[in-house]
Amino acid sequence: MIAKKTIKESPGDRLLLVILYVVLSICVLAVLYPLIYIVSASFSSPFAVISGKVWLYPVDITLVGYETVFKNSQVLVGFGNSVFYAAAGTLVAVTVTIMMAYPLSRKTFYGRNLLMFLLTFTMLFSGGLIPVYLVIRDLHLLDTRWALIIPQALGVFQIIIARTFFQNTIPDELAEAAEIDGCSDIGFLMRVVLPLSKPIIAVLVLFFAVARWNAYFDALIYIRDSDLYPLQLVLRNILLLNANQNPTNITEAMERQGVAEQMKYALIVISSLPVLILYPFIQKHFVKGVMIGSLKG
Amino acid sequence: MLVKIDNRRTDGFEFAIDLKALSTFFRQTTSSSEVHMLKEEIALKSAVAGKPLPFQKKSPRKTAVKKIMRHWQFYLLILLPICFLITFNYYPMYGATVAFKDYNIVKGITGSPWAGFKHFIYFFEGPYFWLIIKNTLGISLYGLLVGFPIPIILALALNEVGKRFKKFVQLVTYAPHFISTVIIVSMLSLLLGPQSGLLNNFLASLGMDRINFMGEPGYFKSLVVWSDLWQNAGFSCIIYLAALSGIDPTLYEAAKVDGASRWQKIINVDLPGIFPTIVILLILAVGSIMSVGFEKIYLMQNAANAGSSEIIATYVYKIGLLNSNISYATAVGLFNSIINLILLVSVNAVARKITKSSLW
Repeated sequence: MIAKKTIKESPGDRLLLVILYVVLSICVLAVLYPLIYIVSASFSSPFAVISGKVWLYPVDITLVGYETVFKNSQVLVGFGNSVFYAAAGTLVAVTVTIMMAYPLSRKTFYGRNLLMFLLTFTMLFSGGLIPVYLVIRDLHLLDTRWALIIPQALGVFQIIIARTFFQNTIPDELAEAAEIDGCSDIGFLMRVVLPLSKPIIAVLVLFFAVARWNAYFDALIYIRDSDLYPLQLVLRNILLLNANQNPTNITEAMERQGVAEQMKYALIVISSLPVLILYPFIQKHFVKGVMIGSLKG
Repeated sequence: MLVKIDNRRTDGFEFAIDLKALSTFFRQTTSSSEVHMLKEEIALKSAVAGKPLPFQKKSPRKTAVKKIMRHWQFYLLILLPICFLITFNYYPMYGATVAFKDYNIVKGITGSPWAGFKHFIYFFEGPYFWLIIKNTLGISLYGLLVGFPIPIILALALNEVGKRFKKFVQLVTYAPHFISTVIIVSMLSLLLGPQSGLLNNFLASLGMDRINFMGEPGYFKSLVVWSDLWQNAGFSCIIYLAALSGIDPTLYEAAKVDGASRWQKIINVDLPGIFPTIVILLILAVGSIMSVGFEKIYLMQNAANAGSSEIIATYVYKIGLLNSNISYATAVGLFNSIINLILLVSVNAVARKITKSSLW
């Protein structure tokens, strides 16, 4: 097979292929290098990072950054909160998505075209940030955990993906047969459709979990109580607003500055860890999800 | 017809119906005069027995009711999602009417007095209007110019290389897509920081001056656009790769027979093959040109770069929620949504005329 290919290839073709390999390798390096640097810097001594001695691998290995992170109660609380928001938010969102997507996938569902239109229209036009905020406020959801779980539950894109999956995997004949046998629609969904839909459920779970884990803006708007902050908002306060420093004298300030910088690198690594561990699954299922979504958008 | 009809309407509705024929009726595929008579019979019988009717063609509204009754559980299922849809999507559309009112927190959305186009005019004539529009369009057009073609090129390149290498490139380049916005911006400020950032350390080692990238208005747009590219270029390939894998293999065989080079194959087979996909994604991209990812821009803003970093969405957030100028902020947001809708509809119309592939 390989021999056949090389015989047929002209010099021009081979040159193009070499160029493509080089370009793609450069892309890979460009993506990988900043990530490697962050990880290396998080394990290096603060002095080595500040003075620019770290280029690729850790210098003067120390865990002082990580120690500072684990001593920080804000981060720990935020981490716990984010785990809760991701878990609860995903559970609600996946349930709601399936409840909406399954009827939409059935031809016997009267009014599906109207509903589909109402759903897609929200992708084209929205009331905007402020009216949604007013709704959340009027429902007294401000400063409660619900504000980070309920409003984001309905994802049109995810509904379309799930609907397309159901349409393609659950034949109408199966549903008709079940109906004739006296199985109710909900019974059919629970007993037949869901067991057959594990792949799409995995896709949905990962979509929502990653989105919930990474979100910060809704918390910025809806949450005032710092005990309810998700990790991303804590990160923003520490990493971008430097809210964690309160130096008393110059030498201490210098030292703290160093450790604070160090902590930032460590914090980036730790907060990305859950997503990183799941990455192989996430990659596979996200790709699948996007593929299904693009089939029949 | 395997139906025997006793059309005398006696007390007991004695007629025999072949079950097979009945199931055909359930699917509503037959319509002879005989059938019409039968339908009446079954309708009567169903009415007596209190069962929902399987069919009825007389009035469309009644048909709808029957269809709904038969699958009432579907409507039970969508009840909760519909509540969410109304509460968080459609009710806010009504709430957007506060753009035409003077919002009063006590009187609420309905009770506040009408103000006409006051807030819109105030916005159009305000000192920030052109600056914000310029920044919003500048960032999104720049982003479109860089971020749209590169994933296409990347996908075409990935389609040529060996399978293993392709998988490896995908594994690496998809990864940044899953990093949160907060982390991305933190990485930017750490790596580009003037004192100890990686890039400035590099510049210093070359004997050049350190630059405060995050604080210079001139660099702001580039930082937004290129970091977006770094994060999403790989992941955006997926759709194109899917489209490429769907190209008819006989086209490649034909190209081979015709002696096409690799380059000619890419230009004449691959590119036309994914063209409809490109058009669709371009429509979507142009349609959202007024809504740039503001979560990131908001995080990247600071006092120094405000002149080139204030966009519509961040402005709405600041005046609406930080300054509590609800009606004015809603007006600005509504203006943005309407422009988006107009753009999307018109680009779609143009695309349908020129290329025959469109969203609807």
